[in-house]
Amino acid sequence: MTTQLPPAHAPLNRRDGLVSRLADPVFNVVTVGILLLAAVAIIYPLYFIVIASVSDPNLIAQGKVWLLPQGFTMEGYETLFRNDALLRGVVNSLLYTSVGTLVSVSIILCTGYALSRKDMPGRNLFMILFIITMFFDGGMIARYLVVRDLGLLNTMWAVILPGAVGVWNLIIARTFFQTNVPDELREAAQIDGANDFRFFFRVALPLTKPLIALMAMTHIVAYWNSYFDAMIYLNDEAMYPLQLVLRNVLVQSQASASLDTGSIDSYAAAQRLGELIKYGMIVVSTVPLLIIFPFLQKYFVKGATLGALK
Amino acid sequence: MTSTSSLHSASTTTATTTSPPQPLPTPAGVAAAPPSPRKGASRLTLVLRSWQLYVLLAPGLIYLAIFKYWPMYGAQIAFRNYNPAAGFTGSPWVGLAHFERFINSFQFKDLLVNTLTINTVGLLVAFPVPIILALIVNQLPSERFKKFIQTVLYSPSFISVVVVVGMIFLLFSPSSGLVNHALTLFGGEPIFFMGNPEWFRPLYIGSDIWQNAGFSMIIYLAALTAIDPSLHEAAKMDGANKFRRIWHIDIPGILPVVTILFVLAIGNIFNLGFEKVYLMQTPLNLETSEIINTYVYKIGLQQAQFSYSAAIGLFNSVLNLILLITFNQVAKKANQASLW
Repeated sequence: MTTQLPPAHAPLNRRDGLVSRLADPVFNVVTVGILLLAAVAIIYPLYFIVIASVSDPNLIAQGKVWLLPQGFTMEGYETLFRNDALLRGVVNSLLYTSVGTLVSVSIILCTGYALSRKDMPGRNLFMILFIITMFFDGGMIARYLVVRDLGLLNTMWAVILPGAVGVWNLIIARTFFQTNVPDELREAAQIDGANDFRFFFRVALPLTKPLIALMAMTHIVAYWNSYFDAMIYLNDEAMYPLQLVLRNVLVQSQASASLDTGSIDSYAAAQRLGELIKYGMIVVSTVPLLIIFPFLQKYFVKGATLGALK
Repeated sequence: MTSTSSLHSASTTTATTTSPPQPLPTPAGVAAAPPSPRKGASRLTLVLRSWQLYVLLAPGLIYLAIFKYWPMYGAQIAFRNYNPAAGFTGSPWVGLAHFERFINSFQFKDLLVNTLTINTVGLLVAFPVPIILALIVNQLPSERFKKFIQTVLYSPSFISVVVVVGMIFLLFSPSSGLVNHALTLFGGEPIFFMGNPEWFRPLYIGSDIWQNAGFSMIIYLAALTAIDPSLHEAAKMDGANKFRRIWHIDIPGILPVVTILFVLAIGNIFNLGFEKVYLMQTPLNLETSEIINTYVYKIGLQQAQFSYSAAIGLFNSVLNLILLITFNQVAKKANQASLW
């Protein structure tokens, strides 16, 4: 590829010398500038939400809140934590997320391992069966009817099972097993009398801890953040996960209806408080993830890499 | 639920079979029988010998059968008048009637145009952003700054769609939103962003970049680390500046990954982001925000017109598949990477 470089010896000319010596510092300044702007564009809205959640809603409405909270108040959070729907949403989400992650990760690990075994007869056929579903599926309506016919509507399983196994994740798992569990190891174990189950649980799984961590994390985030399946399959508000509760308040503005605003006389004030609650809800539902995620970053990076490059 | 229970049975079996002797077929016995080494027999032996692998495979296959292939089989209601009592196959056959009705309906053109516009414009605008970010982040001299930028750009991908859309509603609110305060501060007029069909696409695409560019950037950064550093060394010796090295080494180096991700993105063009589109819809911006999939949801699940909506959904899937195959073919012809 070196031959493809046209500027091969060009900079040795005196004319180009200055330009090329300046090119890199200029490049650095411009790119660092762009990236800093991008960082501000990401951090500032989030920061604003946090300060707005503890500011006087009237001052927010007047556009007086920019860099620091104005007219500090905890009213939003107080109302928020008195709200049963939110708490119930969190509890439901915790349940769906933990059970869902357990189910998804177990299936992906077992099936991913089986698919990684080149000596399993029919492996290619099974692989094709999985891959077809990446490019074509029966659609939302048929899936809904299947879930309904199975009697899963309005159960936790409707939120968990229909999307439990992503083929993409299965491919990542398969690739991981292939590259991290050498065939020689298995042959040695077989000579020692270990069968496939034993080898999978005692040898292969312990070798794939990073994969397990990655899968667990991806699924925790995915289940925690999803709303659509819950919206389709659940009718009972008591079963709503957090994201659906958030949707009703943040997007559909049902705040004033569902929250106890009896003590506030004017409609405008109720609306102001409604806005404050929205800022608070975003903080409460998002900040925990944003705080723990930097510690988990390396796993996600690994996932992104494995998925794309293999 | 079936898949979970079979999962448990898989693990309990392991617990009981900790002692080596295998309860099933006799690999040694059959394989060692010398007289008739017929091919079929040895294949069967291999299958039988792998029974434990099939048990491990089973949960995934059961899932696949129930939640992927059964709905695929059920998609035939698009050609029938679905009646819950009669089920998928028992309902009367009507052929292409639902498709004709959709294509002749007055919504057809708008839906198709909206779906194509939001996704193609979105793809063209959003696709290059993470590539450019990765290329310049990769050249950063300071490792710590690199790490910092990566973390910041990547963090919004952990925020749920619901919250991102909630943030849009709050920050772009006409009366109390941050953006309109900034606009008026600089002498502009407040804009009712969420009530204006013209603003739907910019907001959708902009927030998509805000949320997802960082994550995609990581993929390209990983591809960049796979480039042989000696190429950069040699180019540096020859006096190539950073811009030239990006142009002649980095970009050709990640082109295969770019091609594959582009083809995949094209293949998803009819499906991407409809959960977010649905959230961003207001009665006032439906003119641009109603796309095929949101329409399918409304017609099918809210109005229970199962067959008609299944037909629209199927129409969508088929268009999608055609696009994917076409672009994969193009990528193959261009001698870049392809999916298959």
